[in-house]
Amino acid sequence: MNVQAWTFVMVGLSFALYIGVAIWARAGSTGEFYVAGGKVSPLTNGLATAADWMSAASFISMAGIISFMGRDGSVYLMGWTGGYVLLALLLAPYLRKFGKYTVPDFVGDRYYSQIARVVAVVCAIFVSFTYVAGQMRGVGIVFSRFLDVGINEGVLIGMAIVFFYAVLGGMKGITYTQVAQYCVLIFAFMVPAIYISIMITGQPVPQLGFGSTLADGSGVYLLERLDGLSQQLGFAAYTAGGKSTQDLFFITAALMVGTAGLPHVLVRFYTVPKVSGARSSAGWALLFIALLYTTAPAVAAFARTNLLSVIPEIAYTDVPEWFSKWESTGLIKFDDKNGDGHIQYTGPASDVENELTIDRDIMVLANPEIAQLPAWVVGLVAAGGLAAALSTAAGLLLVISSAVAHDLLKSTFRPNITDKGELLVARIAAGLAVCVAGYFGINPPGFVAQVVAFAFGLAAASFFPVILLGIFWKRANDRGAIAGMISGIGFTAGYIVYFKFMNPELNSAAHWLFGISPEGIGTFGMMINFAVAISVSLLTPPPPAAVQELVEEIRLPDHIGPAHELSA
Amino acid sequence: MSRDRRHAYWRTNLRYLTVLLFIWFAVSFGCGILFVEQLDQIRIGGFGLGFWFAQQGSIYCFVLLILAYVWLMNRADKKFESRKQEPGV
Repeated sequence: MNVQAWTFVMVGLSFALYIGVAIWARAGSTGEFYVAGGKVSPLTNGLATAADWMSAASFISMAGIISFMGRDGSVYLMGWTGGYVLLALLLAPYLRKFGKYTVPDFVGDRYYSQIARVVAVVCAIFVSFTYVAGQMRGVGIVFSRFLDVGINEGVLIGMAIVFFYAVLGGMKGITYTQVAQYCVLIFAFMVPAIYISIMITGQPVPQLGFGSTLADGSGVYLLERLDGLSQQLGFAAYTAGGKSTQDLFFITAALMVGTAGLPHVLVRFYTVPKVSGARSSAGWALLFIALLYTTAPAVAAFARTNLLSVIPEIAYTDVPEWFSKWESTGLIKFDDKNGDGHIQYTGPASDVENELTIDRDIMVLANPEIAQLPAWVVGLVAAGGLAAALSTAAGLLLVISSAVAHDLLKSTFRPNITDKGELLVARIAAGLAVCVAGYFGINPPGFVAQVVAFAFGLAAASFFPVILLGIFWKRANDRGAIAGMISGIGFTAGYIVYFKFMNPELNSAAHWLFGISPEGIGTFGMMINFAVAISVSLLTPPPPAAVQELVEEIRLPDHIGPAHELSA
Repeated sequence: MSRDRRHAYWRTNLRYLTVLLFIWFAVSFGCGILFVEQLDQIRIGGFGLGFWFAQQGSIYCFVLLILAYVWLMNRADKKFESRKQEPGV
């Protein structure tokens, strides 16, 4: 069988699995629809959280980005895992003790204010939509490259699948399909990584192969060879950093804090039965995530080594098959500037002009072909990329639908709506959200990839400080929280829009505030949020006694204080 | 249950948080960013130590930190709940 037939088999089997699981786990009540009835075991929730969290960006793009950025790529590795420590230690257990269904629920009740609730809803919807559009584009890329369907048809198929299990099953259906998707995506990521690690270094564990000597008998370490190849072609050494220390610091912090403030991740911790379960499921989640995140930098280094040893100075007529295939999707571009018929691939420090442009998103998908792995492995990687994109898209759609049905309609405008009515509205909202996401997948705004990165900055500058203060500082009040959220997200969004959309020509270290790039400014926005929230709270009256009592209570272990059981 | 007990439980929690978050900061921002050049002078196999922390070690430490917190807090919960049931408390 060829690559395309294998891809159809792998993708078809995985889709059949997701649909089967979705039919088995339908939701019957709002409790099941929003938080799977609060009855998910910590291990299951850990698996689901890992799939929910690892999106097309983690599976498809991240190793590619690292492979082009070298050591600087570690901002993503540390940023997107370190956030789980904050989540497990500072947020998840308390949100679970508080109970209820959504993040705006917590903000609205803790700050006893409908305005605070609505500000939180708007932040949640904005963050989730920017994210979901990126997932749909990932689905489109996989379909168009491997299955020969157009990007548009690919997005439509993806929409239909997500629509089916998100609308039918709600959180319950999503949780169990995400468990299946984690298994598919981690298998699809590890198999080629192990294969390539053995080929290049003779070491089956990629995490170790990454630091081993090459299998060609030269006794040279992989990373030394890679540094050498890079410098020879005029690129910076792979293991040396290029960004300034303060920029690395701020970007890493923004990604960490943003991770801890993302509503679709936070809401997963409402689904476990106990507070201790919320803590341990964060541990499981990070363990499952770490498996992919410690493999990704190894894959990045292997892919870069392969690319730099195969491509430079090759005659255009001799290029391997994968090169021509990706060239036809427009994601690899070759421009023979000196007309010698050979590909010159060089970095900024070289005298020879570079003739090759490679989209960083293709590295993981092309890697098995570059390394000439069997066709079934290539098909498996395509199925894994789809699993990563669809699982995250479903989690985000649920946040959007619960924000509309629960936080806006039920809690703000129509408090006496029946459970059945709310469930219907939640399903309709999920359906509409799928359509809007599909629209953005087919007509991607040119800046999707950037906006996804900025969603972290915005989450860091809005949610994280008010939730943290809400738990750890009883004196934090409604006005402080509202002023904090608005100033934090306002400053961050303003800085990003100024440098990325209004004055892109000024977007360089010389013009940035304290040398912080727009990617890292969320950290500064978070500090502003903290400062404003604390000062405004101190200048205005303290929260009512009942709210202070609520804070005391969420700090205690299970079964103490009035129970916040879910009516599922 | 007295207020003192609650406060003792909360103070224990805060003490764990302080220690664990200090380690969290040290392995990521410390070893992976601020002191990465100095640590790179030490080699482990093909890795400079700073590079290893930035792309591998910090992630392993994060997993261990959460597991440590789960264990510590489960122990603290148990202690708190057993005291609660003692007569006269």
